[in-house]
Amino acid sequence: MSRLPNRRALLLGASANAAAAMLGGCDRLGNAEWFQRTLKTGEDANLFVQRLLLGKATLAPEYAEADISPWFKPNGTEDPPDKAYKALAKGKFAKYHLVVGGLVEAPLKLSLAELRQLPARTQITRHDCVEGWSAIGKWTGVPVAELLDLAKLKPQARYVVFHCADTMDQGSSLEGGEDDGEADEVPAGNANPSMTKQSGGDESKKDSGGQQAADDDAASGGTPVRFYESIDLVDAFHPQTILAYEMNGEALPVSNGAPLRLRVERNLGYKQAKYVMRIEVVESFANIGEGKGGYWEDQGYAWYAGI
Amino acid sequence: MFRHPLVIRVTHWVNAVCLLVLLMSGLQIFNAHPALYWGKVSTFDAPLLAMSSTEDDPPKGVTTVLGRTFDTNGVLGSSTGADGEAADRGFPAWATLPSDQDLTGGRSWHFFFAWTFVLNGLAYLLYGLVSGQLRFRVIPSRDQIRHFGASIWKHLTLRFPQGDEAKRYNVIQKLTYLVVLFVLLPVQVLAGLAMSPAMDAAFPFLLTLFDGRQSARTVHFVVAALLVLFVVVHVVLILLSGFRNKMRGMLTGWFVIERKVEPAVSAGGEPRS
Ligand code: HEM
Repeated sequence: MSRLPNRRALLLGASANAAAAMLGGCDRLGNAEWFQRTLKTGEDANLFVQRLLLGKATLAPEYAEADISPWFKPNGTEDPPDKAYKALAKGKFAKYHLVVGGLVEAPLKLSLAELRQLPARTQITRHDCVEGWSAIGKWTGVPVAELLDLAKLKPQARYVVFHCADTMDQGSSLEGGEDDGEADEVPAGNANPSMTKQSGGDESKKDSGGQQAADDDAASGGTPVRFYESIDLVDAFHPQTILAYEMNGEALPVSNGAPLRLRVERNLGYKQAKYVMRIEVVESFANIGEGKGGYWEDQGYAWYAGI
Repeated sequence: MFRHPLVIRVTHWVNAVCLLVLLMSGLQIFNAHPALYWGKVSTFDAPLLAMSSTEDDPPKGVTTVLGRTFDTNGVLGSSTGADGEAADRGFPAWATLPSDQDLTGGRSWHFFFAWTFVLNGLAYLLYGLVSGQLRFRVIPSRDQIRHFGASIWKHLTLRFPQGDEAKRYNVIQKLTYLVVLFVLLPVQVLAGLAMSPAMDAAFPFLLTLFDGRQSARTVHFVVAALLVLFVVVHVVLILLSGFRNKMRGMLTGWFVIERKVEPAVSAGGEPRS
């Protein structure tokens, strides 16, 4: 009888060690370049298969007024620290202009009043954060398709890049932890409101390209890294893809991306760029930011955010 | 006796790896917002379940379930990582993949292994259907249904079948596998898909099925817990009923039938594989 517990203890100990070694091994694997690329094929498959399953105009579910969340949780940047933005906000965005350029025949520069005169779409949709939570809001804005038709795409056009007003990276601003995410998504750290203390921000920064970005900045004389995102033409011409200037029937609040934010339904929240200043139509985003197509993509998130 | 054909053995172990990775990477994802809700959206101040840390110094990890708060310090809500420092996190580092807080890493693992899991599962089902293995393995035969009560009693007293009866799964085993294979695993996949905004556009019935995206997330979490329960019982029973023989069965296909004591409950009716 006395042999049994011993063997059991031994087995248990061995299993615990093996488990720890396995987890360590997986972490090391997960950090290896080739393995990361292998894992990412899962996310490539998501894009491929979901594009097959979804029609060009398949709409994201729309909801009733009664479903609107009483509080639409702002996430990421809630108050851009940038001077230029603060000045615009102070003047109630009267001096704001949306610039549309890149691979277009007729570049545009539109004030908020002009944007409001274009055809508009209103939709009540669900916003799903990559962290896991959801909220429903009502958005009114101009369809991106409308703008692209006005500007007339050149034949090489493949992606639409949204450049935003808010600075993301710059050593100190990141360490604050709270205000450093963008769009409605702060992956990793800033999870549950009650989990938002210390560590998270630093950790996500360490894991991501944050440190490297900061180093690059130092080398290049400290150009601030501003938020940006990109979508392809399938999403850009989707009927529910709008640049919203109203939320829940009122002017878009600063915390939710005033004066203009992207709504690209059928995608997770980190695609929903806030504080949009400029639209650039490109053939490839390889030369923008760190080349992955968006601020969060540069930190390792998938470019396609349909799941 | 030759018990497990190669395809079943391979898909079994691939599945085991997938489930472990999916569980641990899932807990990593869960940690990004360690709270669950019911319905379409998150009701932030009224979660069904939430893990968090208190304002105390040092903070204490607590878990709130249906409004009742439990002290789960050191494991849920706040735990010590590899660096030896206490950190606010839902599940502890040893339960998540990657072990550090890394949502995007967790998502990459989760989706890669979700694909592997689904393709592997389809291969198993296809083989099982075509070969007749599936029917033989998991559909209780008439005599087994007749002796349901007796079988339960034997189970409760941990008397494992021997002789001919050990060649097939008993009725409780069959029903359990049936539920896992055709209820839990498919529900888990559907709930995973229901959390995808793109899938919801393509197949809005997913939302109806689960009563909203946040409920789908909760169902996904609960079913993951049920799968853990299944695996624990599965492994314990294998340990209790002859670890070596069963492992040999699943690794090489060969399984020893001991012929002694009480004869099998019934002598047949089962096709032999
Ligand atoms: C094809 C199969 C699967 C798909 C498509 C899938 C998809 C997902 C998705 C999208 C999430 C993120 C949820 C969020 O935003 O918070 C998630 C989380 C999670 N998954 Fe899966 N999953 C699958 C299979 C599994 C399996 C088999 C397990 C368990 C063994 C599992 C365990 C978890 C857990 C524990 C979480 C975190 C908690 C939660 O959000 O419910 N998943 N999964």
